[in-house]
Amino acid sequence: MTKFLSLHDAIAQNVHDGDVVAFEGFTHLIPIAAGHEAIRQGIKDLTVVRMTPDIIYDQMIGMGMVKKAIFSYAGNPGVGLLRRMRDAVENAWPRPLEIEEHSHAAMANAYEAGAAGLPCAIFRGYKGADLANVNPNIRSVTCPFTGEELAAVPAIRPDVSVIHAQKADAKGNVLVEGIVGIQKEAVLAAKRAVVTVEEVVDDLECGPNACVLPDWTIAAIAVVPGGAHPSYTQGYYDRDNSTYLEWDKVSADREAFQTWIEDNVLDVGPDVFAQRIENLRSAA
Amino acid sequence: MSDLGFTPDEIMTIAAARALTNDDVCFVGIGAPSAACNVARLTHAPDITLIYESGTIGTAPDVLPLSIGDGELCETAVTTVAVPEMFRYWLQGGRISIGFLGAAQLDRFGNINTTVIGDYNKPKVRLPGGGGAPEIASSCGEIYITMKQSLRGMVEKIDFFTSFGHGEGGDHRQRLGITTKGPTRLITDLAMWKPDPETKEFTVVSLHPGVTRDDVQATCGWTVKFADDLEETPRPTELELTTLRDLKARTEAAHSGGRKPKAA
Repeated sequence: MTKFLSLHDAIAQNVHDGDVVAFEGFTHLIPIAAGHEAIRQGIKDLTVVRMTPDIIYDQMIGMGMVKKAIFSYAGNPGVGLLRRMRDAVENAWPRPLEIEEHSHAAMANAYEAGAAGLPCAIFRGYKGADLANVNPNIRSVTCPFTGEELAAVPAIRPDVSVIHAQKADAKGNVLVEGIVGIQKEAVLAAKRAVVTVEEVVDDLECGPNACVLPDWTIAAIAVVPGGAHPSYTQGYYDRDNSTYLEWDKVSADREAFQTWIEDNVLDVGPDVFAQRIENLRSAA
Repeated sequence: MSDLGFTPDEIMTIAAARALTNDDVCFVGIGAPSAACNVARLTHAPDITLIYESGTIGTAPDVLPLSIGDGELCETAVTTVAVPEMFRYWLQGGRISIGFLGAAQLDRFGNINTTVIGDYNKPKVRLPGGGGAPEIASSCGEIYITMKQSLRGMVEKIDFFTSFGHGEGGDHRQRLGITTKGPTRLITDLAMWKPDPETKEFTVVSLHPGVTRDDVQATCGWTVKFADDLEETPRPTELELTTLRDLKARTEAAHSGGRKPKAA
């Protein structure tokens, strides 16, 4: 039952042209190596879902793999804009990008609804906000008990969700620790889930309330040490903030971006991630 | 550095920090809000509860995070919860007293735009968007806003309502069924503003040292109202300035690629 695969095979078997995909991770544990593998495989016409598209979707959008993005914050956190995504929205380069924009609360609730098998999410939100006027998927329902008008958005149900985590045991149970974000909901909302992990261990050594995804919720696991860089893996290595700052310059220019992708994604394999985190390993 | 011994940016951050109390539970945005909240924690409000939307509750970072989810926020937090829980139980559940937001565009009623300049479907500038802000603005007990004054930023009419402040003013919030107070303070690099109790229009209540009424008007896109009992913002204390500068220095060192130095 255990489905440990190479990163290449894990992506090739689970991410297909035209899929709705969620490469999730809330600042922490972003599956960058898996995103790079999707870029190398040239997967096309994706609808990408993610609360904070981050540089992983900036790169996929810049490579023209994405037809639609569903998101809630399209920034490089603490740095500024996502410049490849902005170029696609403002100038349709390298192709037009359809966007469906929400708030974080809406996305979080929508993933939770997806995981819970509900058709939509209901929450108190968007009051007085313009997003409801430009996104037809933001609607409202009336509480049958109090009469309060509440926001409603469709559940998120990706074809495949991809996450990064600290470790898996030999059977394929996966432990997620630290800022756990929306990853558990993204996995449980999806038809298939792919997980990259830092390492495989005999025993997850976690308490009874830890965030563990049982092996039978996961389609494939690939071991990729450093697979979240320049995002980070709590307990293994720190966030590489200087790389996020540098991305602002690389992504500002179409040619610089293309060169960067060739040198750092297309011409290398997932093994380089281990080297990239050498000087970032936590003292602990 | 101005000849006052502090910069406009420093007095803005310190004035914002002073607006926070030890009992506040604060939802912190990245940038100036994060600097202000941590200066408050490191000076007069050691027990303030700082919450970042990544799920970290009661965090006490040694350096300012670059992102809302830097590892140090989690390592120093009382607890870290999943993002759906953060938005459902803690924010929507009404557990947070102050939401601290920045703005790309702001109007006189505290309405915020961080989504787009120009038409939404044909943007002149596509900005990052709302993230947590639309619900922070409606679910936190009250909202503090901090931004540098500019004619581009402080405008008569914002291009997009990312976060609802006081709408058209008066009781517009209540008419929409929003029960929280909304924006109660605007802290800029030149002045402290509070909403008029009736109209809800932001009014300057205090000018920072060395700032004139003309300075405020020249960098604001609407006709500025000043309080009758206009005051001068107290100058930063030695402790406030040292705390802020040490924090900034540690932060810069940590984010430039080297390992972070520990606080003295």
